[in-house]
Amino acid sequence: MGLIARHAEAAGISTLCMSSALDITRAVNPPRAAFLDYPLGHTTGKPGQPALQRRILLEALEAFTSLEEPGSIKILPFQWSEDLTWKATAQMGDDDRLSRHDTPQYQTEEDRLRAESRDFAALRVCRCSECAG
Amino acid sequence: MHVDYITRIDRKYVSLGYDPYRWVVNEARPPWQPLRKPLSRCRLGLIASGGIYVTGQVAFHYKDDTSFRAIPREVITEDLRATHFAYDLTDARQDPNVVFPIDTLRRLVKEGIVGELADHAYTFMGGIYSARRVREHLAPRLTERLLAERVDALLLVPV
Repeated sequence: MGLIARHAEAAGISTLCMSSALDITRAVNPPRAAFLDYPLGHTTGKPGQPALQRRILLEALEAFTSLEEPGSIKILPFQWSEDLTWKATAQMGDDDRLSRHDTPQYQTEEDRLRAESRDFAALRVCRCSECAG
Repeated sequence: MHVDYITRIDRKYVSLGYDPYRWVVNEARPPWQPLRKPLSRCRLGLIASGGIYVTGQVAFHYKDDTSFRAIPREVITEDLRATHFAYDLTDARQDPNVVFPIDTLRRLVKEGIVGELADHAYTFMGGIYSARRVREHLAPRLTERLLAERVDALLLVPV
């Protein structure tokens, strides 16, 4: 994601990269970043907690103006839990990644049927060549 | 103590008998474009790599998929879906805002903290093995869309 941030910033767009992986963000070195020390899959908060999600984004967006040195990372003042066992699991736990299939991986069978239907008018979603995969 | 993902993933590659992954390391100073106006007057773009799509769109596949999806800013949250090979999708499927903060941003616009959202957010499937394909294929096409939508500031949400 940092590569895309660098590309957009070079084109004149001010960017802010969220991060859950401080080491990877430091290596890719985007213009501005905000690090939230949560497990992967929670880059902008916890599910069903809109007030917390709002506070996290407010703290993050503040970095657009507070960071003045290219490559700086703001550490956001939130912690996932008092108990830090999730970090040990993330560091040493089993590999739970899925196989890299090269066919679309739908969340539901209904999604697959909708996407494969030719009834574009009923779909109301972007089906440009990009979105059609 | 922070989780050291590079070490973890390197160890995994070695255990699978693969060559070590060549991580992108950018030592050169990043480009720098300060905000030209306060955020409350900016048009904000959103790019997220958690594999979010709208039901009806073709879902992402898991093998270096460098396509992206355009998601209108007024999308119905319940129509959003998540697919990804590399993270636990349970929470993102319950509440996509954990990796695609669309409701949060719409609220910040309503509160006047953010000026407006770009017409579309853009999503793709992270974990693309080839950094070259991101640099040469994905990044230029996304930047082109952002410029066409006259985005002032961009929030990127990786997983």
